[in-house]
Amino acid sequence: MMDFLKEMWHFLRVRKKLWLAPLIVIMIMLGGLLIFVEGSVLAPFIYSIF
Amino acid sequence: MYILGISAFYHDSAACILKNGEIIAAAQEERFTRKKHDSGFPNLAIEFCIKQANIRPSEIDNIVFYEKPFLKFERLLETYLAYAPKGFSSFAMAMPIWIKDKLFQKTALIKEFNKVLDKDINWNDRLLFSEHHLSHAASAFYPSPFERAAVLTIDGVGEWTTTSVAIGDGSDLKVLKEIHFPHSLGLLYSAFTYYTGFKVNSGEYKVMGLAPYGEPRFADLIFENLIKLNSDGSFQLDMSYFDFATGLTMTNKKFDKLFGGPARVSETQLTQREMDLAASIQKVTQEIILKIAKNIAKETGEKNLCLAGGVALNCVANGILTREKIFEKIWIQPAAGDAGGALGAALSSWHLHKNKKRTITSKQDSMKGCFLGPKFKDDEIEGEFKACGAKYNKLNDNDLIDKVASEIANQKAVGWAQGRMEFGPRALGGRSIIADPRSPTIQKQLNLKVKYRESFRPFAPSVLVEDVDDWFEHQNDSPYMLLVANVKHDKRRIMTDKENALFGIEKLNIPRSSVPAITHVDYSARIQTVHADTNPRYHSLISKFKEKTGFPILVNTSFNVRGEPIVCSPTDAFKCFMGTELDILVFENYILLKDEQDLSLIENYEEQYELD
Repeated sequence: MMDFLKEMWHFLRVRKKLWLAPLIVIMIMLGGLLIFVEGSVLAPFIYSIF
Repeated sequence: MYILGISAFYHDSAACILKNGEIIAAAQEERFTRKKHDSGFPNLAIEFCIKQANIRPSEIDNIVFYEKPFLKFERLLETYLAYAPKGFSSFAMAMPIWIKDKLFQKTALIKEFNKVLDKDINWNDRLLFSEHHLSHAASAFYPSPFERAAVLTIDGVGEWTTTSVAIGDGSDLKVLKEIHFPHSLGLLYSAFTYYTGFKVNSGEYKVMGLAPYGEPRFADLIFENLIKLNSDGSFQLDMSYFDFATGLTMTNKKFDKLFGGPARVSETQLTQREMDLAASIQKVTQEIILKIAKNIAKETGEKNLCLAGGVALNCVANGILTREKIFEKIWIQPAAGDAGGALGAALSSWHLHKNKKRTITSKQDSMKGCFLGPKFKDDEIEGEFKACGAKYNKLNDNDLIDKVASEIANQKAVGWAQGRMEFGPRALGGRSIIADPRSPTIQKQLNLKVKYRESFRPFAPSVLVEDVDDWFEHQNDSPYMLLVANVKHDKRRIMTDKENALFGIEKLNIPRSSVPAITHVDYSARIQTVHADTNPRYHSLISKFKEKTGFPILVNTSFNVRGEPIVCSPTDAFKCFMGTELDILVFENYILLKDEQDLSLIENYEEQYELD
């Protein structure tokens, strides 16, 4: 995961797209949550957010 | 030094291996998994490449992936942001997939390499990424026979780029200009593929085949509303008519209103309207490509042009581009779609990353006739045929060629598998179904009883390169079936007034030349020139057919049924042979006659593959 974050940071700097970073962080957190709760009783509530 | 190129995870996965810059092997994953346009990780294609190169996985110096996932993710995010809140449902569907799989593609690739190759090697250090359109451009320029050339790539979309212009000079390749998503000629064509009721990413060539039945009466409407074409060939789409940027379909209600109705439902009756729509988008595409090409010639002064990207498979547009003589010579990568990206990725790494010199050894390109796939030895063929329960005979070369030429002249349809399998979408005599072009009924027979596909679809001719000029309005080589030209006037049949008045699909049944099976309704043909040096056995067969009939031409269509990947192995070939109304199967020197086979082995083949 650390390698991924390093590469993503490097990519955003090179592309001068650092403004995308907060969005990506939020998305990864939400996406991670989706994957984490997949199949669990929480899934319908999380999916309704989307 | 060995470099492995890979394309995967979108459309048409493939692998390719270079040895010191020479193309050793290349194949699409679909040929092994038997799943058309397979987009999965190409583990079987990689295994084949390594076997063909006769190396251990540890000897691979670099693996190059054909596009950059982060850049693609950036495009997705920015597109959704630009259109927000529209497109939320598409966003909600796409993002979990990206976050779960696609964003971590590097990790996923390394995991697969550990599984398929060698887990003790640090693949992270050997893995490189090329840009999608740079991969296409490299696949077009480096194998070409040109020292210098302008390079044009056009497809649906890569990361951001949909169209690019580059200059190739020796081992250098520099991108000069790009057009970015959502403005895409490939996606405009795909929008009409969708609207005329065909599958996007596979039905585009059906639209191209349907176009000659129609009149381009919608072309002005397209130029006035959908696309703004600038004087330099650049263009912008009016996105209010399309849904592909944020939605789940290609076109929207505004598009329906403009063209007077909803999209045709797949597999329903084709009407003159669909034919006219196909003719219109084909005309628009041709005009745009010509304008781009003229501008490239003017701005760069280059004499040669190389082409790649899915739109470069539009052989009607390619034929016009050749005849317009905007460039002295044109070379088109035969695997112009995403599968060819694997080849381009590997070549770009060799020349641009490793700074290796490019040497052009002959006037020929370095694609080896595109015969880069697997070949089967006699013991392998016999083993597979025995396991299938096939009854076969083995003939020597001369007897085989003579027998097959005679059978074709007797109107038999032959499955012909010889040498290494082709790389790319076209069958070029390595895995082909071949027949007599003189027959007025063979087109219908092959379409409906052998290929199980739509009756309007045309067939292509394989013609001896020595004779191409006598039969077609075309003088140059076309070894990869990527150019369309007209049948010569003296070979055409003069039509009666009544025949001329026929409309649309009714035109199909009227023979238009002395080779009706390969003459489309507008007298055009998608030519493959057959060369003795790159395709010797097929050349011998057509020569023998010419000796017997006076015609140096055969009908050539890919050895598969609708929705099936082209056959690869003797087992695939036998199954297709038994499942269709093919009369004869030839695999290297082995010949199988349908009459001699155990009829209980016949299975319903038509429904085994999902329609494309």
